[in-house]
Amino acid sequence: MIEVRNISRSYGDTLVVDNVSITLPAGGVISLIGANGAGKSTLLSIISRLLPMSAGTVTVEGMDVMTTPGDVLARRLSILRQDNQMTARLTVRDLIAFGRYPHSKGRLTVEDQGYVERVIRYLELEAVAHRFLDELSGGQRQRAFIAMVLCQDTEYILLDEPLNNLDVKHAVAMMKLFRRTADEFRKTVILVLHDINFASCYSDRIVAMRNGRIAYEGPPEEIITPHVIRDVYGVDADIHEIDGKRMALYFR
Amino acid sequence: MPPNRRTIAPRVIPPAVLLAGLGGLTVVSIVLFLTLGARGNWSFILAFRGTKVAAMVLVGYAIAVSTVLFQTITNNRILTPSIMGFDFLYRLIQTVLVFQLGSAAVAAFDPRLRFGIEVGAMVAFSWLLYRWLFSGSVRGLHLLMLVGIVFGVLFRSVANFLQRVIDPNEFLVVQDRLFASFNRVDGQLLAVSALVVLAVSVVVWRKTAVLDVLALGREAAINLGVDHRREVMRVLVMVSVLVAVSTALVGPVTFFGLLVANLAYLLVDTHRHRLILPVAALIAILVLMSGQLVLERLLGFNGALSIVIEFLGGIVFLIILVRRAAR
Repeated sequence: MIEVRNISRSYGDTLVVDNVSITLPAGGVISLIGANGAGKSTLLSIISRLLPMSAGTVTVEGMDVMTTPGDVLARRLSILRQDNQMTARLTVRDLIAFGRYPHSKGRLTVEDQGYVERVIRYLELEAVAHRFLDELSGGQRQRAFIAMVLCQDTEYILLDEPLNNLDVKHAVAMMKLFRRTADEFRKTVILVLHDINFASCYSDRIVAMRNGRIAYEGPPEEIITPHVIRDVYGVDADIHEIDGKRMALYFR
Repeated sequence: MPPNRRTIAPRVIPPAVLLAGLGGLTVVSIVLFLTLGARGNWSFILAFRGTKVAAMVLVGYAIAVSTVLFQTITNNRILTPSIMGFDFLYRLIQTVLVFQLGSAAVAAFDPRLRFGIEVGAMVAFSWLLYRWLFSGSVRGLHLLMLVGIVFGVLFRSVANFLQRVIDPNEFLVVQDRLFASFNRVDGQLLAVSALVVLAVSVVVWRKTAVLDVLALGREAAINLGVDHRREVMRVLVMVSVLVAVSTALVGPVTFFGLLVANLAYLLVDTHRHRLILPVAALIAILVLMSGQLVLERLLGFNGALSIVIEFLGGIVFLIILVRRAAR
């Protein structure tokens, strides 16, 4: 369980995250949605200790993220941000192997190697595993980074817009993989998503943010409604139920 | 897809072969340096040239390691620690010493004392700067470097001003000390420096896995459980110790590190510091040794290697920049 209590974060005079409190239960896929600048990424960064908060506390399984040693937390929680630029020249396999660092501190065991190979297989990266990151397309690189985080094998996996740069096929495959990670391996996957229909189809819970606050929170049935979408995004959407999943049409 | 560059480019040299090759070349260059054109008393020549060789090995190693470390924590391969203003601080110290005390008094100084003052001032300056400015964020690191540049300019301006008003004869003494040279290295200082560099190396060597992670950038490093702020701070301190020792020993040569580090990245094609660091160090020693060999034996010069190094370093720097822009 991740408990967020009265978190605020400001840049200069602007309050980006405004006194947010929320409890995220363990297990399942949780999607964070909201308009640009609503504070989703900032909230995710604070939960994962990448950014210090101006006020408030975050605990993961009872551990305060600001005071718990980084390497202890790195075995329980992993985070992937949006832009991942690297100057070091790494192959895909090298990058994924870094995911085992919290467990093996740079000395890969046979077990670690097994993790690496399995993740490469799951993400269909076998063909590019030996290639250098700067020789890959944006989508391949994105999948390599997600692979690294999955290789870390933590109970909580936080991903900031993981579908960036992915084509339709790989986006669907990725969401299915997150679903499977949550269902079969009892992980908690927390995603920032821009596509509300992906959020609707694959999440157990959706958290909608607006102006640095949490506006709505609940299962997809409660969040994917014309009222909520107008309130959060400022657009009118028709909601259609297809095969039991609620889809928002907002293209008109 | 564009044609795969890797199939066209020559295959990467296996690490063992690379290390053995570089090591062999380095040994050959050292032997050549010790023996080439030697006339007269061998024991004198070997002792005289041996001190020079030891100084070059030490300085080459310190510069290579400090540059690679600095580039790792800044995630930037066109920076060298000289950006933090070390060279200019060294110039200022030299100028102030001569200005205040006169060249005769400075020459009469106990070299150990002066070495201590120089190293102490440089390390203390950088440490204060880090404590004051480094908040742990990437912006903090950039701010730190910017302030380093500004301080560097300040030091240079003050040094230049003092050099204008100083007695012309004294100025010549100052100027001579400002060019890196391996000809006036003191044996005792060399031993002390070697101990310091060795101590730093032990720490660096035990931390190569952490360095690999730091090279991934701040956020990836924190995600993998590395205490980014603390580790970067430690690396910065180690860098300033290495730079301070080598600068106090022979004068400012940090620009040289740029050349060496980038050649090493080009040759090893891996992210592992366990390989990058020794390769960079060997290249540094090799370049220094052969540069000095050419300078002394072929060109008949006896003095400032730094002129050659700055010239070559500048060209390599431009090539790197242009290649990056083209990519």
